[in-house]
Amino acid sequence: MASAPIVEIDKVSFGYDAARPVLHGVSLRIEPGSVVGIMGQSGCGKTTLLRIVAGWLKAGAGSTRVLGESVEDLDGGGIFALRRKMGMLFQFGALFTDMTVFDNVAFQMREHTDLPPEMVNDLVLMKLEAVGLRGAAQLMPSELSGGMARRVALARAIALDPRLMLYDEPLTGLDPISLGVIARLIRTLNDSLGQTSIVVSHDVEECFAIVDYVYVMSAGRIVAEGKPDEMRHSGEAFVKQFVRGETDGPIKFHYPAPGYEADLVAPAAHG
Amino acid sequence: MWRRLRMAERALFAGLRQGLERLGQGAEAKIRRLGFAARFFVAILLNSGTAFRRFSLTIREIYFAGVLSLVIILVSGLFVGMVLGLQGYDTLQRYGSSEALGILVALSLVRELGPVIAGLLFASRAGSAITAEIGLMKATEQIAAMEMMAVDPIARVVAPRFWAGVLSMPLLAALFSAMGIFGGYLVGVKLIGVDEGSFWSQMQSSVDVREDIMNGVIKSLVFGVAVTWIAVFEGYDAPPTAEGVSGATTRTVVTSSLAILVLDFVLTALMFTGGNGK
Repeated sequence: MASAPIVEIDKVSFGYDAARPVLHGVSLRIEPGSVVGIMGQSGCGKTTLLRIVAGWLKAGAGSTRVLGESVEDLDGGGIFALRRKMGMLFQFGALFTDMTVFDNVAFQMREHTDLPPEMVNDLVLMKLEAVGLRGAAQLMPSELSGGMARRVALARAIALDPRLMLYDEPLTGLDPISLGVIARLIRTLNDSLGQTSIVVSHDVEECFAIVDYVYVMSAGRIVAEGKPDEMRHSGEAFVKQFVRGETDGPIKFHYPAPGYEADLVAPAAHG
Repeated sequence: MWRRLRMAERALFAGLRQGLERLGQGAEAKIRRLGFAARFFVAILLNSGTAFRRFSLTIREIYFAGVLSLVIILVSGLFVGMVLGLQGYDTLQRYGSSEALGILVALSLVRELGPVIAGLLFASRAGSAITAEIGLMKATEQIAAMEMMAVDPIARVVAPRFWAGVLSMPLLAALFSAMGIFGGYLVGVKLIGVDEGSFWSQMQSSVDVREDIMNGVIKSLVFGVAVTWIAVFEGYDAPPTAEGVSGATTRTVVTSSLAILVLDFVLTALMFTGGNGK
């Protein structure tokens, strides 16, 4: 793959405040057409990284290039222009609860284009057909199941055919059928629409099944990268623990605490 | 002995310093928030284009903030007017001037009670709803999703609600006053038997369009700006949790009620204490 990467992050560091750094010198490259997984425990900085790619957060150090633009150098208007080429699926869909499914999917078309209503109608129905929910066009978000809501959100995210799709925990909290549907949609939409996708997830096997390449993060650093198969057979201690879901390893089961005995003998310390 | 005294002194100073520090931090946080609210206000004004260009967005919010507040405004107006009729008659008849009931009812409502009570009701009915709605949109990432779709939530969500509140408030206050005058008429004229002709004619001759009605409209407009600004700001600034949104909703009602009463005093002082004050 010789073409320019869609996303190129070089030694990016970030912290919400000086005392709590979240990312330490993270570097990654995402090639056009690929589906890339960013995996790791909750709180390891995956979502923060996704938000830096979306221009939501500004990295403290390092450089972020997305779709050929240097995100750090863009002003508010530039970020908005860049985001028109991106779509994002939020963990719980984030559908507009005061609009029907149809209006949710039509939202960006009506905000950003002057398409006539008939064309908006056709496009919305095509997007809904792609996620299998054309029949639900007139329902309200409150009438949808969790899996359906996420499919509608997916249709809304691809409404303007984005070149880069960002998925924030798209598989969390779904039943096995919905999970399979969403996972397959991520892959097929990516390939049929010629997108590039970043999937932030901690569902190991489901994610491995659809991605081409995986970055594994721990405590704000990328600790391993490779194809899903390489990750399955990785010798790296954290990756082994993460992929197999073992309770003890480099990540301890116990939250740091003083000696057990000392704590039990001096119960007054907790009031 | 000396050492103990010195330790006690040190503890006292440490306590004092801590208290002062906390006070300072609290004050700083409040001032910072006030500054943020002011910048937010400017951002609303700068991003109001969409609210007027696509006026249907604002109309929709006028329906939610204004039309749905009509019942409570009209019923309250009626009862406030009826009470004014009873109390006013009781006082005026002691001086043998019960025909002046029309003036008393109309002036009280148009100058004070209309804007103030309608404002208070508007704050608790519509202001709280605006805060809760924007706060929940934030908590469920709808605001974030909008930003991700390159749509500015201040222009698309906040500004239409702000202008809807500002436009609704004077109309609601006017309806409140009209309904109140009708209530006063029902009690004064129909129930007690004050002369109908003098009730209306005295009212007509004494209520001045510029002095009384315009000042009432200005008041309600100012209250509308204050209440809606507080409501949208609290919603937008709410922490995205259940407690965050409930706390913000409470703050909207408390802060905007206080703001109305304080602003009312300031405006009354400016409007009615000049050389030609009535």
